[in-house]
Amino acid sequence: MFKQRRISKHPVLRFKRGKEVTIFFEGKPLKAFEGESLAAALYAAGVDVFRWTPKLGRPRGPFCMVGKCGSCMVEVDGEVVRACITPVKEGMKVRRIKGLPPINAREAPDAALNPSPLEVDVLIVGGGPAGMAASEILAKEGMSVLLVDDQPRLGGQLIKQTHIFFGSQELFAGKRGFRIAEEYEKKLMSLSNLQVMLRTTALGVFEEGILITNPEKGARLVRPKYVVISTGAFENYLLFENNDLPGVMGAGGAQTLMNLYGVLPGKEVVVIGSGNVGLIITYQLLQAGAGVKAIIEAAPKIGGWLVHAAKIRRFGVPIITKHTIIAAEGRDRVEAAVIAEVNEKWEPIPGTEKRIECDTILLAVGLTPNSELLRQFGVTTKYVPELGGLVPVRNRYMETNVDGVFVAGDVSGVEEATTAFIEGWIVAYSILLKENPGNKEWLQERERLVMMVEEYRSSPVSSKVRSGLRYVEVG
Amino acid sequence: MEERVSGIVSLETLRRLGYLPTEDRLRKGPVAIFECIEPIPCNVCVLSCPFEAVKMEKITDLPKVDFDRCTGCTLCVAQCPGQAIFVVDASQDGEEALLSLQYDMGEPPDPGDRVVLLDREGNSVGEGKVVKVYKHKRSEAFVVTIAIPQKLLMVARAFRKVGRGES
Ligand code: SF4
Ligand code: SF4
Repeated sequence: MFKQRRISKHPVLRFKRGKEVTIFFEGKPLKAFEGESLAAALYAAGVDVFRWTPKLGRPRGPFCMVGKCGSCMVEVDGEVVRACITPVKEGMKVRRIKGLPPINAREAPDAALNPSPLEVDVLIVGGGPAGMAASEILAKEGMSVLLVDDQPRLGGQLIKQTHIFFGSQELFAGKRGFRIAEEYEKKLMSLSNLQVMLRTTALGVFEEGILITNPEKGARLVRPKYVVISTGAFENYLLFENNDLPGVMGAGGAQTLMNLYGVLPGKEVVVIGSGNVGLIITYQLLQAGAGVKAIIEAAPKIGGWLVHAAKIRRFGVPIITKHTIIAAEGRDRVEAAVIAEVNEKWEPIPGTEKRIECDTILLAVGLTPNSELLRQFGVTTKYVPELGGLVPVRNRYMETNVDGVFVAGDVSGVEEATTAFIEGWIVAYSILLKENPGNKEWLQERERLVMMVEEYRSSPVSSKVRSGLRYVEVG
Repeated sequence: MEERVSGIVSLETLRRLGYLPTEDRLRKGPVAIFECIEPIPCNVCVLSCPFEAVKMEKITDLPKVDFDRCTGCTLCVAQCPGQAIFVVDASQDGEEALLSLQYDMGEPPDPGDRVVLLDREGNSVGEGKVVKVYKHKRSEAFVVTIAIPQKLLMVARAFRKVGRGES
């Protein structure tokens, strides 16, 4: 099993580790760094099993790393938390949960409702590329904007991207993803009309307003005039034997661990899925010093862009098409992946099984739009597989059927950062034009952006998105 | 397209797309070889070329290279997000040629270092000697120029550093 998990040298990233702190894991002192999540600290220290399931006693380790699953639940000072969204603190006592977790008797601080609602012009939920883009223009034009994000940092998936971006220079091409996020964040911080609340979740939509909660500041109602939903997407799971074994992780989860906290997810990795996410995570693993045994793709062809595939092929990583994973093997952590060839109906062909020794299996099998909040608003959604799942019906200006509710980014159909930025800007002008419908400059700028996003999607690599949009884009 | 299964660009495709300069042009001096064969929304190369040697009408077109304008300056190599551009120089007499490529895999080697040359599939195909390394400001990527055997001009497309003690 691989031991040295902290990345000491990275070609692109410099990890700013905070002050060293000591936490206690089942009585044993462990070294951690301020600013990192408990999950990252435990993982770095070599902890694979974070808990055992109550009924079957199956081991569980972290999967998504961003608070979207329950895989990494541990007990901290008597309270059950998700380790991936809990910052480490000097002296914290961590215990793994065996059986049923204790019930938290203490009233959580985020249950205390602040009685005075927050009145703003625009509430933006989700601070990835789309949310940041919309915030910038709206706040610049004088609207009061509240941007909430459930993560500790702005930037969404961008902050984990080490590769140089495609596209045109207006859209930051030629720069690396995490730099784009850094620079944009800086730009936003200088806007006085913009209020940013991190680690804050928009929980529900009520007649009285939208309920947001923050672990320190508690709960509060927001009453905005307009709402932008830019909540992004979450990672898909895949069905196979032992898919809950520690060491099976989402590609995005692995990126968080590796590129945000500087902790290597594995030493010998098998990546499932050859879309851009699978190809890019493979390259990032090589950059961080891990080995990638293979990329497994069920389709007969590589899913992602050829330039990304060529990059990793040059370093000898095979892409095995027409194969799927049928099982993970191992006791407390992945020790091998069993793959098999599939027929035209995507069924594994008996007798074609192969065993690949590895310590980590990363799932890069697509994303699903995070459309829950949209549906609470009563926005009409449609199931469009080409766009990743349930997506909102909207017009080309990203306006939904619910008055004042707009969408932008992956939540409106899974694409990429570039199109998310453009959609964010389009939404901003759509809102501004509601306030002042006659403004020629804004009308022109919005038209230009709509054309720009359409040009982006005119490439053959976007044909799926184009056909998906036909079902949900009206007017 | 065979490439969609293998992930490896073939010389035939490069020839068909007009990405291979003539023998004469190769002899004249450094020139860019584009291995960007699939129209993706990207025009970084067009914007990064100071000599207007790369053209594109729409952002989703394939880059069109004018080998007469290209000076082999490597500025596009440094910024190509697809790492799909290589500059080759077969102007010297003798067995040696130069290959410039983007390097993003860690501390780059130093001039004078020997490296293992890899083909498009990651197979070791020979040895090269680093002659120049620079870092591009905007992309924060390194461009490494390696002296390679002439016969590997269209074969070597990556390299591995040689560890200490390895020969
Ligand atoms: S090598 Fe220099 S001159 Fe040639 S295409 Fe690239 S940037 Fe232009
Ligand atoms: S910059 Fe690279 S990836 Fe982008 S179009 Fe030019 S050659 Fe292709």
